[in-house]
Amino acid sequence: MSASGFAPSAGVPHMDIDPFSIEFFEDPHPAHEVLREAGPVVWFDKWKVYGVARHAEVHAVLNDPLTFCSSRGVGLSDFAKEKAWRPQSIILEADPPEHARTRAVLSRVLSPTVMKQLRGSFVAAAEARVEALLAKGSFDAIADLAEAYPLSVFPDALGLKPEGRENLLPYASLVFNSFGPPNKLRQDAIERSAPHQAYVAEQCQRENLAPGGFGACIHARADAGDITAAEAPLLVRSLLSAGLDTTVNGIGAAVYCLARFPDQWARLRSDPTLARNAFEEAVRFESPVQTFFRTTTRDVEISGVGIGEGEKILMFLAAANRDPRRWDRPDEYDVTRKTSGHVGYGSGIHMCVGQLVARLEGEAVLSALAKRVSAIEITGPATRRFNNTLRGLESLPVSIKAA
Amino acid sequence: MPTIIFNRPDDRSERIDASAGDSVMQVATTNGIDEIVAECGGNAMCATCHVYVDEGWIARLAPMSEEEDELLNGVAAERLENSRLSCQIKITPELDGLVVRLPDRQI
Ligand code: HEM
Ligand code: FES
Repeated sequence: MSASGFAPSAGVPHMDIDPFSIEFFEDPHPAHEVLREAGPVVWFDKWKVYGVARHAEVHAVLNDPLTFCSSRGVGLSDFAKEKAWRPQSIILEADPPEHARTRAVLSRVLSPTVMKQLRGSFVAAAEARVEALLAKGSFDAIADLAEAYPLSVFPDALGLKPEGRENLLPYASLVFNSFGPPNKLRQDAIERSAPHQAYVAEQCQRENLAPGGFGACIHARADAGDITAAEAPLLVRSLLSAGLDTTVNGIGAAVYCLARFPDQWARLRSDPTLARNAFEEAVRFESPVQTFFRTTTRDVEISGVGIGEGEKILMFLAAANRDPRRWDRPDEYDVTRKTSGHVGYGSGIHMCVGQLVARLEGEAVLSALAKRVSAIEITGPATRRFNNTLRGLESLPVSIKAA
Repeated sequence: MPTIIFNRPDDRSERIDASAGDSVMQVATTNGIDEIVAECGGNAMCATCHVYVDEGWIARLAPMSEEEDELLNGVAAERLENSRLSCQIKITPELDGLVVRLPDRQI
Protein backbone atom coordinates (compact mmCIF):
# COMPACT_ATOMS: atom_id res chain seq x y z
CA MET A 1 0.00 0.00 0.00
CA SER A 2 1.37 3.39 -0.89
CA ALA A 3 2.18 6.35 1.25
CA SER A 4 -0.19 8.79 -0.35
CA GLY A 5 0.99 10.05 -3.70
CA PHE A 6 4.31 8.26 -4.22
CA ALA A 7 3.78 4.80 -5.64
CA PRO A 8 0.82 2.52 -6.20
CA SER A 9 0.10 -0.77 -4.49
CA ALA A 10 2.00 -3.75 -5.86
CA GLY A 11 0.61 -5.19 -9.07
CA VAL A 12 -1.25 -2.09 -10.25
CA PRO A 13 -0.33 -1.40 -13.88
CA HIS A 14 1.68 1.80 -14.40
CA MET A 15 0.43 4.06 -17.19
CA ASP A 16 2.71 6.59 -18.82
CA ILE A 17 -0.31 8.15 -20.56
CA ASP A 18 -1.12 11.76 -19.54
CA PRO A 19 -4.94 11.86 -19.56
CA PHE A 20 -4.85 15.67 -19.43
CA SER A 21 -2.62 16.26 -22.45
CA ILE A 22 -3.74 17.78 -25.75
CA GLU A 23 -2.53 14.62 -27.48
CA PHE A 24 -4.89 12.55 -25.31
CA PHE A 25 -7.80 14.94 -25.87
CA GLU A 26 -7.34 14.81 -29.67
CA ASP A 27 -8.49 11.19 -29.68
CA PRO A 28 -9.15 9.69 -26.23
CA HIS A 29 -10.85 6.48 -27.35
CA PRO A 30 -7.79 4.32 -28.13
CA ALA A 31 -6.21 5.46 -24.85
CA HIS A 32 -9.44 4.70 -22.97
CA GLU A 33 -9.28 1.18 -24.33
CA VAL A 34 -5.70 0.80 -23.14
CA LEU A 35 -6.74 1.95 -19.66
CA ARG A 36 -9.76 -0.37 -19.54
CA GLU A 37 -7.81 -3.38 -20.72
CA ALA A 38 -4.78 -2.78 -18.45
CA GLY A 39 -6.76 -3.74 -15.33
CA PRO A 40 -9.66 -2.77 -13.06
CA VAL A 41 -7.46 -0.12 -11.43
CA VAL A 42 -4.46 1.67 -12.99
CA TRP A 43 -1.85 4.16 -11.81
CA PHE A 44 -0.76 7.33 -13.62
CA ASP A 45 2.95 7.91 -13.11
CA LYS A 46 2.75 11.50 -14.26
CA TRP A 47 0.15 12.69 -11.72
CA LYS A 48 0.57 9.98 -9.09
CA VAL A 49 -3.10 9.04 -8.98
CA TYR A 50 -5.16 5.90 -9.43
CA GLY A 51 -7.65 5.59 -12.26
CA VAL A 52 -10.70 3.44 -13.05
CA ALA A 53 -11.99 3.16 -16.61
CA ARG A 54 -14.30 0.12 -16.61
CA HIS A 55 -18.03 0.57 -16.09
CA ALA A 56 -18.29 -1.69 -13.03
CA GLU A 57 -15.50 0.05 -11.11
CA VAL A 58 -16.56 3.58 -12.08
CA HIS A 59 -20.11 2.74 -11.00
CA ALA A 60 -18.91 1.22 -7.72
CA VAL A 61 -16.76 4.24 -6.84
CA LEU A 62 -19.60 6.66 -7.66
CA ASN A 63 -21.98 4.70 -5.46
CA ASP A 64 -19.86 4.59 -2.29
CA PRO A 65 -19.59 8.27 -1.37
CA LEU A 66 -18.48 7.64 2.20
CA THR A 67 -15.38 5.72 1.11
CA PHE A 68 -14.76 7.74 -2.06
CA CYS A 69 -15.47 11.25 -0.92
CA SER A 70 -16.09 14.48 -2.81
CA SER A 71 -15.39 16.91 0.03
CA ARG A 72 -11.63 16.78 -0.64
CA GLY A 73 -12.34 18.02 -4.17
CA VAL A 74 -13.54 16.30 -7.33
CA GLY A 75 -10.44 17.50 -9.19
CA LEU A 76 -6.83 16.46 -8.75
CA SER A 77 -6.17 18.98 -5.99
CA ASP A 78 -6.72 17.50 -2.50
CA PHE A 79 -8.46 20.10 -0.33
CA ALA A 80 -7.06 18.39 2.76
CA LYS A 81 -3.60 19.41 1.58
CA GLU A 82 -4.13 22.44 -0.66
CA LYS A 83 -6.47 25.40 -0.38
CA ALA A 84 -9.23 25.30 -3.02
CA TRP A 85 -8.95 28.02 -5.70
CA ARG A 86 -12.47 29.21 -4.86
CA PRO A 87 -14.73 28.61 -1.84
CA GLN A 88 -15.67 24.93 -1.98
CA SER A 89 -19.00 23.92 -3.59
CA ILE A 90 -21.59 23.01 -0.95
CA ILE A 91 -23.19 20.36 -3.17
CA LEU A 92 -20.65 18.97 -5.67
CA GLU A 93 -17.84 18.99 -3.13
CA ALA A 94 -19.88 17.87 -0.10
CA ASP A 95 -20.40 14.42 1.45
CA PRO A 96 -23.30 12.77 3.26
CA PRO A 97 -24.98 13.70 5.49
CA GLU A 98 -24.45 17.42 4.68
CA HIS A 99 -24.87 16.87 0.94
CA ALA A 100 -28.50 15.73 1.29
CA ARG A 101 -29.68 19.11 2.53
CA THR A 102 -28.27 21.24 -0.29
CA ARG A 103 -29.11 18.56 -2.85
CA ALA A 104 -32.77 18.58 -1.75
CA VAL A 105 -32.92 22.32 -2.43
CA LEU A 106 -31.60 22.06 -5.99
CA SER A 107 -33.71 18.94 -6.72
CA ARG A 108 -36.75 20.93 -5.84
CA VAL A 109 -35.73 23.99 -7.84
CA LEU A 110 -35.04 21.79 -10.90
CA SER A 111 -37.91 19.32 -10.42
CA PRO A 112 -40.15 17.72 -13.08
CA THR A 113 -42.93 20.13 -12.07
CA VAL A 114 -40.69 23.10 -12.82
CA MET A 115 -39.68 21.50 -16.15
CA LYS A 116 -43.33 21.25 -17.16
CA GLN A 117 -43.65 25.00 -16.72
CA LEU A 118 -40.51 25.67 -18.77
CA ARG A 119 -41.21 23.20 -21.51
CA GLY A 120 -43.34 25.45 -23.72
CA SER A 121 -40.84 28.29 -23.85
CA PHE A 122 -37.83 25.98 -24.27
CA VAL A 123 -39.50 24.19 -27.20
CA ALA A 124 -40.61 27.47 -28.83
CA ALA A 125 -37.07 28.88 -28.57
CA ALA A 126 -35.61 25.74 -30.18
CA GLU A 127 -38.11 25.88 -33.04
CA ALA A 128 -37.39 29.57 -33.62
CA ARG A 129 -33.64 28.90 -33.59
CA VAL A 130 -33.98 26.11 -36.16
CA GLU A 131 -36.16 28.33 -38.42
CA ALA A 132 -33.53 31.07 -38.28
CA LEU A 133 -30.78 28.58 -39.14
CA LEU A 134 -32.79 27.21 -42.06
CA ALA A 135 -33.01 30.74 -43.40
CA LYS A 136 -29.23 31.00 -43.15
CA GLY A 137 -28.57 27.59 -44.70
CA SER A 138 -24.89 27.40 -43.70
CA PHE A 139 -23.65 28.11 -40.20
CA ASP A 140 -21.40 26.96 -37.35
CA ALA A 141 -23.30 24.29 -35.40
CA ILE A 142 -21.31 25.14 -32.26
CA ALA A 143 -21.53 28.94 -32.07
CA ASP A 144 -24.89 29.32 -33.80
CA LEU A 145 -26.72 26.35 -32.27
CA ALA A 146 -24.95 24.46 -29.45
CA GLU A 147 -24.00 27.72 -27.72
CA ALA A 148 -26.69 30.05 -28.99
CA TYR A 149 -29.63 27.88 -27.92
CA PRO A 150 -28.67 27.31 -24.26
CA LEU A 151 -27.64 30.97 -24.02
CA SER A 152 -31.12 31.92 -25.24
CA VAL A 153 -32.97 29.91 -22.58
CA PHE A 154 -30.83 29.03 -19.54
CA PRO A 155 -29.70 32.47 -18.30
CA ASP A 156 -33.32 33.69 -18.47
CA ALA A 157 -34.58 30.60 -16.65
CA LEU A 158 -32.01 31.34 -13.96
CA GLY A 159 -33.11 34.98 -13.80
CA LEU A 160 -29.82 36.64 -14.79
CA LYS A 161 -29.56 40.24 -15.92
CA PRO A 162 -28.80 40.76 -19.62
CA GLU A 163 -25.52 42.56 -18.90
CA GLY A 164 -22.35 40.57 -18.44
CA ARG A 165 -23.57 37.22 -19.77
CA GLU A 166 -20.45 37.00 -21.94
CA ASN A 167 -18.70 35.93 -18.70
CA LEU A 168 -20.76 32.75 -18.39
CA LEU A 169 -18.96 30.44 -20.81
CA PRO A 170 -15.45 31.58 -19.81
CA TYR A 171 -16.35 31.05 -16.13
CA ALA A 172 -17.67 27.55 -16.79
CA SER A 173 -14.63 26.68 -18.85
CA LEU A 174 -12.47 27.86 -15.94
CA VAL A 175 -14.36 25.71 -13.45
CA PHE A 176 -14.02 22.58 -15.58
CA ASN A 177 -10.35 23.26 -16.36
CA SER A 178 -9.69 23.69 -12.65
CA PHE A 179 -10.53 20.03 -11.92
CA GLY A 180 -7.46 19.03 -13.90
CA PRO A 181 -3.80 18.96 -12.85
CA PRO A 182 -1.66 22.12 -12.73
CA ASN A 183 -1.08 22.06 -16.49
CA LYS A 184 -1.20 24.98 -18.91
CA LEU A 185 -4.97 24.72 -19.44
CA ARG A 186 -5.60 25.06 -15.71
CA GLN A 187 -3.01 27.73 -15.04
CA ASP A 188 -4.04 29.94 -17.96
CA ALA A 189 -7.68 29.66 -16.95
CA ILE A 190 -7.04 30.60 -13.32
CA GLU A 191 -4.75 33.48 -14.30
CA ARG A 192 -7.49 35.03 -16.41
CA SER A 193 -10.28 34.28 -13.96
CA ALA A 194 -10.61 37.45 -11.86
CA PRO A 195 -13.25 39.32 -13.94
CA HIS A 196 -15.36 36.18 -14.45
CA GLN A 197 -15.24 35.32 -10.75
CA ALA A 198 -16.27 38.87 -9.86
CA TYR A 199 -19.20 38.69 -12.29
CA VAL A 200 -20.40 35.36 -10.93
CA ALA A 201 -20.10 36.41 -7.27
CA GLU A 202 -22.23 39.45 -8.06
CA GLN A 203 -24.93 37.55 -10.01
CA CYS A 204 -25.41 35.05 -7.18
CA GLN A 205 -26.77 37.78 -4.89
CA ARG A 206 -30.49 37.87 -4.36
CA GLU A 207 -31.05 41.41 -5.64
CA ASN A 208 -29.56 40.48 -9.03
CA LEU A 209 -31.86 37.53 -9.69
CA ALA A 210 -35.23 38.01 -11.38
CA PRO A 211 -38.33 36.77 -9.51
CA GLY A 212 -39.54 33.32 -10.53
CA GLY A 213 -36.18 32.13 -11.86
CA PHE A 214 -34.07 29.25 -10.48
CA GLY A 215 -31.87 31.75 -8.62
CA ALA A 216 -34.76 33.44 -6.83
CA CYS A 217 -36.24 30.03 -5.98
CA ILE A 218 -32.96 29.03 -4.32
CA HIS A 219 -32.98 32.21 -2.22
CA ALA A 220 -36.60 31.49 -1.29
CA ARG A 221 -35.47 28.17 0.21
CA ALA A 222 -33.32 30.23 2.59
CA ASP A 223 -36.46 32.04 3.79
CA ALA A 224 -38.07 28.65 4.34
CA GLY A 225 -35.09 27.67 6.52
CA ASP A 226 -33.82 24.81 4.32
CA ILE A 227 -30.47 26.56 3.84
CA THR A 228 -28.87 29.64 5.37
CA ALA A 229 -28.83 33.03 3.65
CA ALA A 230 -25.09 32.63 3.19
CA GLU A 231 -25.51 29.27 1.44
CA ALA A 232 -28.01 30.47 -1.17
CA PRO A 233 -25.49 32.38 -3.34
CA LEU A 234 -23.20 29.34 -3.33
CA LEU A 235 -25.98 27.14 -4.70
CA VAL A 236 -26.76 29.70 -7.38
CA ARG A 237 -23.07 29.56 -8.24
CA SER A 238 -23.38 25.79 -8.79
CA LEU A 239 -25.93 26.42 -11.52
CA LEU A 240 -23.78 29.12 -13.10
CA SER A 241 -20.80 26.73 -13.07
CA ALA A 242 -22.44 23.54 -14.26
CA GLY A 243 -25.59 24.54 -16.10
CA LEU A 244 -24.42 26.03 -19.37
CA ASP A 245 -21.15 24.73 -20.79
CA THR A 246 -22.32 21.15 -20.11
CA THR A 247 -25.43 21.46 -22.25
CA VAL A 248 -23.47 23.38 -24.90
CA ASN A 249 -21.20 20.36 -25.23
CA GLY A 250 -24.12 17.94 -24.96
CA ILE A 251 -26.06 19.59 -27.79
CA GLY A 252 -22.84 19.97 -29.80
CA ALA A 253 -22.16 16.25 -29.34
CA ALA A 254 -25.67 15.30 -30.46
CA VAL A 255 -25.58 17.44 -33.60
CA TYR A 256 -22.09 16.12 -34.43
CA CYS A 257 -23.38 12.54 -34.08
CA LEU A 258 -26.45 13.14 -36.24
CA ALA A 259 -24.37 14.88 -38.91
CA ARG A 260 -21.83 12.02 -38.99
CA PHE A 261 -24.26 9.08 -38.89
CA PRO A 262 -26.93 9.61 -41.59
CA ASP A 263 -28.71 6.32 -40.85
CA GLN A 264 -29.31 7.47 -37.27
CA TRP A 265 -30.44 10.88 -38.51
CA ALA A 266 -32.91 9.10 -40.83
CA ARG A 267 -34.28 7.07 -37.93
CA LEU A 268 -34.75 10.15 -35.81
CA ARG A 269 -36.50 11.93 -38.70
CA SER A 270 -38.88 9.04 -39.20
CA ASP A 271 -39.77 9.15 -35.50
CA PRO A 272 -39.08 12.51 -33.81
CA THR A 273 -40.25 11.10 -30.47
CA LEU A 274 -36.79 9.48 -30.37
CA ALA A 275 -35.32 12.95 -29.78
CA ARG A 276 -34.92 12.55 -26.04
CA ASN A 277 -33.22 9.19 -26.40
CA ALA A 278 -31.04 10.43 -29.27
CA PHE A 279 -29.76 13.16 -26.95
CA GLU A 280 -29.22 10.71 -24.09
CA GLU A 281 -27.26 8.39 -26.40
CA ALA A 282 -25.08 11.34 -27.47
CA VAL A 283 -24.32 11.99 -23.79
CA ARG A 284 -23.25 8.34 -23.47
CA PHE A 285 -21.35 8.26 -26.76
CA GLU A 286 -19.42 11.53 -26.41
CA SER A 287 -19.56 12.05 -22.62
CA PRO A 288 -19.39 15.87 -22.51
CA VAL A 289 -18.13 15.53 -18.91
CA GLN A 290 -15.24 13.10 -19.30
CA THR A 291 -13.84 12.65 -15.81
CA PHE A 292 -14.15 13.41 -12.11
CA PHE A 293 -11.99 12.50 -9.12
CA ARG A 294 -12.78 11.11 -5.70
CA THR A 295 -10.52 10.80 -2.61
CA THR A 296 -10.37 7.69 -0.42
CA THR A 297 -11.37 8.21 3.21
CA ARG A 298 -9.93 4.86 4.39
CA ASP A 299 -7.91 1.89 3.20
CA VAL A 300 -10.12 0.11 0.69
CA GLU A 301 -10.13 -2.58 -1.98
CA ILE A 302 -11.47 -2.09 -5.51
CA SER A 303 -11.80 -5.37 -7.43
CA GLY A 304 -9.09 -6.91 -5.29
CA VAL A 305 -6.68 -3.97 -5.54
CA GLY A 306 -5.79 -2.42 -2.18
CA ILE A 307 -5.72 1.39 -2.07
CA GLY A 308 -4.62 3.46 0.91
CA GLU A 309 -6.42 6.31 2.65
CA GLY A 310 -6.08 9.79 1.15
CA GLU A 311 -5.54 8.66 -2.47
CA LYS A 312 -7.04 10.42 -5.45
CA ILE A 313 -8.94 8.23 -7.93
CA LEU A 314 -9.69 9.46 -11.43
CA MET A 315 -12.96 8.10 -12.83
CA PHE A 316 -13.18 7.90 -16.62
CA LEU A 317 -16.91 8.36 -17.21
CA ALA A 318 -16.34 8.40 -20.97
CA ALA A 319 -14.43 5.10 -20.94
CA ALA A 320 -17.10 3.46 -18.76
CA ASN A 321 -19.72 4.63 -21.25
CA ARG A 322 -18.01 2.59 -23.97
CA ASP A 323 -16.90 -0.40 -21.91
CA PRO A 324 -17.61 -3.52 -24.00
CA ARG A 325 -18.18 -5.39 -20.69
CA ARG A 326 -21.31 -3.29 -20.25
CA TRP A 327 -22.42 -2.25 -23.76
CA ASP A 328 -23.14 -4.04 -27.03
CA ARG A 329 -21.49 -2.25 -29.98
CA PRO A 330 -20.15 0.43 -27.60
CA ASP A 331 -18.57 2.50 -30.37
CA GLU A 332 -21.80 2.86 -32.34
CA TYR A 333 -24.16 5.78 -31.93
CA ASP A 334 -27.66 4.24 -31.86
CA VAL A 335 -30.67 6.50 -31.26
CA THR A 336 -32.77 3.52 -30.18
CA ARG A 337 -30.26 2.14 -27.66
CA LYS A 338 -31.42 1.47 -24.13
CA THR A 339 -29.06 3.97 -22.51
CA SER A 340 -30.08 3.51 -18.88
CA GLY A 341 -27.01 2.83 -16.74
CA HIS A 342 -24.67 5.19 -18.60
CA VAL A 343 -22.61 7.39 -16.29
CA GLY A 344 -22.49 10.54 -18.45
CA TYR A 345 -24.40 12.32 -15.67
CA GLY A 346 -22.58 10.38 -12.95
CA SER A 347 -24.45 7.91 -10.72
CA GLY A 348 -25.64 7.78 -7.13
CA ILE A 349 -26.10 10.74 -4.81
CA HIS A 350 -24.18 13.29 -6.92
CA MET A 351 -25.78 12.23 -10.22
CA CYS A 352 -26.41 15.43 -12.13
CA VAL A 353 -29.10 17.46 -10.40
CA GLY A 354 -29.59 19.46 -13.61
CA GLN A 355 -30.24 16.40 -15.78
CA LEU A 356 -33.86 17.34 -16.44
CA VAL A 357 -32.82 20.77 -17.72
CA ALA A 358 -30.16 19.16 -19.91
CA ARG A 359 -32.61 16.61 -21.35
CA LEU A 360 -35.27 19.24 -21.91
CA GLU A 361 -32.83 21.40 -23.90
CA GLY A 362 -31.45 18.43 -25.83
CA GLU A 363 -34.88 17.04 -26.65
CA ALA A 364 -36.21 20.45 -27.72
CA VAL A 365 -33.33 21.02 -30.15
CA LEU A 366 -33.26 17.52 -31.64
CA SER A 367 -36.99 17.33 -32.05
CA ALA A 368 -37.09 20.76 -33.77
CA LEU A 369 -34.32 19.59 -36.14
CA ALA A 370 -36.03 16.27 -36.83
CA LYS A 371 -39.32 17.95 -37.71
CA ARG A 372 -38.03 20.79 -39.87
CA VAL A 373 -34.71 19.70 -41.41
CA SER A 374 -34.25 17.05 -44.09
CA ALA A 375 -30.44 16.88 -44.22
CA ILE A 376 -27.43 18.02 -42.19
CA GLU A 377 -24.12 18.12 -44.02
CA ILE A 378 -20.68 18.84 -42.57
CA THR A 379 -19.07 21.42 -44.86
CA GLY A 380 -15.68 22.07 -43.28
CA PRO A 381 -13.21 20.75 -40.71
CA ALA A 382 -14.60 20.09 -37.21
CA THR A 383 -12.09 21.54 -34.74
CA ARG A 384 -11.75 20.58 -31.06
CA ARG A 385 -11.95 22.75 -28.00
CA PHE A 386 -9.63 21.57 -25.23
CA ASN A 387 -10.58 21.49 -21.57
CA ASN A 388 -9.36 19.34 -18.67
CA THR A 389 -12.85 17.93 -18.03
CA LEU A 390 -15.19 18.83 -20.89
CA ARG A 391 -15.13 17.29 -24.34
CA GLY A 392 -16.55 19.17 -27.28
CA LEU A 393 -15.93 21.08 -30.47
CA GLU A 394 -14.75 24.62 -31.09
CA SER A 395 -16.35 24.74 -34.52
CA LEU A 396 -18.52 22.54 -36.75
CA PRO A 397 -19.38 24.11 -40.13
CA VAL A 398 -22.62 22.64 -41.51
CA SER A 399 -25.37 23.33 -43.97
CA ILE A 400 -28.99 22.21 -43.59
CA LYS A 401 -32.01 21.90 -45.88
CA ALA A 402 -35.67 22.35 -45.05
CA ALA A 403 -37.85 19.24 -44.95
CA MET B 1 -33.90 -13.98 -0.94
CA PRO B 2 -37.13 -12.03 -1.45
CA THR B 3 -38.82 -12.67 -4.81
CA ILE B 4 -40.48 -9.80 -6.67
CA ILE B 5 -43.14 -10.47 -9.29
CA PHE B 6 -43.40 -8.05 -12.21
CA ASN B 7 -46.55 -8.23 -14.34
CA ARG B 8 -45.98 -6.77 -17.76
CA PRO B 9 -48.57 -4.77 -19.72
CA ASP B 10 -49.08 -7.80 -22.02
CA ASP B 11 -49.76 -9.94 -18.92
CA ARG B 12 -46.50 -11.87 -19.08
CA SER B 13 -45.15 -12.24 -15.59
CA GLU B 14 -41.52 -12.31 -14.36
CA ARG B 15 -40.37 -13.62 -10.97
CA ILE B 16 -37.04 -12.17 -9.92
CA ASP B 17 -34.92 -12.93 -6.86
CA ALA B 18 -33.88 -9.69 -5.23
CA SER B 19 -31.48 -8.65 -2.48
CA ALA B 20 -32.79 -6.87 0.58
CA GLY B 21 -31.60 -3.26 0.55
CA ASP B 22 -31.96 -2.81 -3.22
CA SER B 23 -34.86 -0.83 -4.61
CA VAL B 24 -37.54 -2.40 -6.80
CA MET B 25 -36.26 -0.12 -9.59
CA GLN B 26 -32.73 -1.56 -9.27
CA VAL B 27 -34.07 -5.10 -9.40
CA ALA B 28 -36.01 -4.27 -12.56
CA THR B 29 -33.25 -2.46 -14.44
CA THR B 30 -30.58 -5.04 -13.65
CA ASN B 31 -32.85 -7.87 -14.79
CA GLY B 32 -33.99 -6.65 -18.19
CA ILE B 33 -37.39 -5.30 -17.19
CA ASP B 34 -37.42 -2.67 -19.94
CA GLU B 35 -40.71 -1.12 -18.83
CA ILE B 36 -38.78 0.66 -16.07
CA VAL B 37 -36.78 3.53 -17.60
CA ALA B 38 -35.34 5.11 -14.43
CA GLU B 39 -33.76 8.05 -16.21
CA CYS B 40 -32.53 9.68 -13.01
CA GLY B 41 -30.94 6.59 -11.52
CA GLY B 42 -33.14 6.53 -8.44
CA ASN B 43 -32.66 10.15 -7.40
CA ALA B 44 -36.43 10.77 -7.25
CA MET B 45 -36.30 13.30 -10.06
CA CYS B 46 -37.79 11.70 -13.17
CA ALA B 47 -40.91 9.62 -12.42
CA THR B 48 -39.95 7.12 -15.15
CA CYS B 49 -39.87 4.17 -12.73
CA HIS B 50 -43.63 4.18 -12.11
CA VAL B 51 -45.33 0.91 -11.02
CA TYR B 52 -48.79 -0.14 -9.82
CA VAL B 53 -48.45 -2.07 -6.60
CA ASP B 54 -50.81 -5.04 -6.16
CA GLU B 55 -53.77 -4.05 -3.97
CA GLY B 56 -52.89 -6.67 -1.39
CA TRP B 57 -49.41 -5.23 -0.92
CA ILE B 58 -49.89 -1.49 -1.03
CA ALA B 59 -50.58 -1.08 2.69
CA ARG B 60 -47.51 -3.12 3.61
CA LEU B 61 -45.08 -0.64 2.00
CA ALA B 62 -43.46 2.21 3.87
CA PRO B 63 -45.53 5.36 3.25
CA MET B 64 -44.45 7.65 0.43
CA SER B 65 -42.63 10.93 0.94
CA GLU B 66 -44.01 14.29 -0.08
CA GLU B 67 -41.58 14.40 -3.03
CA GLU B 68 -42.70 11.03 -4.32
CA ASP B 69 -46.33 12.11 -4.06
CA GLU B 70 -45.57 15.25 -6.06
CA LEU B 71 -43.58 13.34 -8.69
CA LEU B 72 -46.37 10.83 -9.16
CA ASN B 73 -48.56 13.67 -10.42
CA GLY B 74 -46.26 13.82 -13.43
CA VAL B 75 -46.18 10.14 -14.47
CA ALA B 76 -46.82 9.36 -18.14
CA ALA B 77 -49.40 6.59 -17.64
CA GLU B 78 -52.46 7.26 -15.52
CA ARG B 79 -51.82 7.75 -11.81
CA LEU B 80 -53.93 5.34 -9.76
CA GLU B 81 -54.48 4.82 -6.03
CA ASN B 82 -51.77 2.16 -6.06
CA SER B 83 -49.18 4.10 -8.06
CA ARG B 84 -45.66 4.24 -6.62
CA LEU B 85 -42.16 5.06 -7.82
CA SER B 86 -40.20 1.83 -7.80
CA CYS B 87 -36.92 3.57 -6.90
CA GLN B 88 -38.51 4.59 -3.61
CA ILE B 89 -39.53 1.05 -2.61
CA LYS B 90 -36.73 -0.57 -0.62
CA ILE B 91 -36.81 -4.33 -0.57
CA THR B 92 -36.97 -5.99 2.84
CA PRO B 93 -37.39 -9.68 3.70
CA GLU B 94 -41.05 -8.91 4.51
CA LEU B 95 -41.63 -7.94 0.88
CA ASP B 96 -40.98 -11.51 -0.33
CA GLY B 97 -43.62 -12.15 -2.98
CA LEU B 98 -44.36 -8.46 -3.72
CA VAL B 99 -46.40 -8.09 -6.91
CA VAL B 100 -46.19 -4.98 -9.08
CA ARG B 101 -47.81 -4.24 -12.44
CA LEU B 102 -45.85 -2.28 -15.04
CA PRO B 103 -47.50 0.61 -16.87
CA ASP B 104 -47.45 0.67 -20.69
CA ARG B 105 -45.39 3.85 -20.85
CA GLN B 106 -43.04 5.95 -18.72
CA ILE B 107 -42.32 8.95 -20.96
C1 HEM C 1 -25.46 17.28 -20.82
C2 HEM C 1 -25.33 18.10 -19.81
C3 HEM C 1 -24.75 17.73 -18.46
C4 HEM C 1 -23.84 16.76 -18.14
C5 HEM C 1 -23.15 15.76 -19.08
C6 HEM C 1 -23.63 16.83 -16.70
C7 HEM C 1 -22.80 15.98 -15.99
C8 HEM C 1 -22.72 15.93 -14.61
C9 HEM C 1 -21.99 14.93 -13.86
C10 HEM C 1 -21.15 13.81 -14.45
C11 HEM C 1 -22.19 15.19 -12.53
C12 HEM C 1 -21.66 14.35 -11.35
C13 HEM C 1 -20.54 14.98 -10.60
C14 HEM C 1 -19.93 14.05 -9.57
O1 HEM C 1 -20.35 12.90 -9.42
O2 HEM C 1 -18.98 14.49 -8.89
C15 HEM C 1 -23.03 16.36 -12.45
C16 HEM C 1 -23.42 16.97 -11.26
C17 HEM C 1 -24.04 18.21 -11.22
N1 HEM C 1 -24.61 18.89 -12.27
FE1 HEM C 1 -24.60 18.32 -14.22
N2 HEM C 1 -24.39 17.84 -16.19
C18 HEM C 1 -25.09 18.42 -17.22
C19 HEM C 1 -25.99 19.48 -17.12
C20 HEM C 1 -26.24 20.19 -15.97
C21 HEM C 1 -27.17 21.31 -15.87
C22 HEM C 1 -28.02 21.83 -17.03
C23 HEM C 1 -27.10 21.75 -14.58
C24 HEM C 1 -27.86 22.87 -13.91
C25 HEM C 1 -29.03 23.28 -14.28
C26 HEM C 1 -26.16 20.91 -13.86
C27 HEM C 1 -25.81 21.03 -12.53
C28 HEM C 1 -25.13 20.08 -11.80
C29 HEM C 1 -24.87 20.18 -10.36
C30 HEM C 1 -25.27 21.32 -9.46
C31 HEM C 1 -24.20 18.99 -10.00
C32 HEM C 1 -23.75 18.58 -8.59
C33 HEM C 1 -24.77 17.61 -8.03
C34 HEM C 1 -24.36 16.98 -6.71
O3 HEM C 1 -23.17 17.02 -6.35
O4 HEM C 1 -25.25 16.44 -6.03
N3 HEM C 1 -25.66 19.97 -14.74
N4 HEM C 1 -23.35 16.79 -13.73
S1 FES D 1 -35.72 6.46 -11.09
FE1 FES D 1 -36.15 8.54 -11.37
S2 FES D 1 -37.78 8.84 -9.96
FE2 FES D 1 -37.36 6.76 -9.74
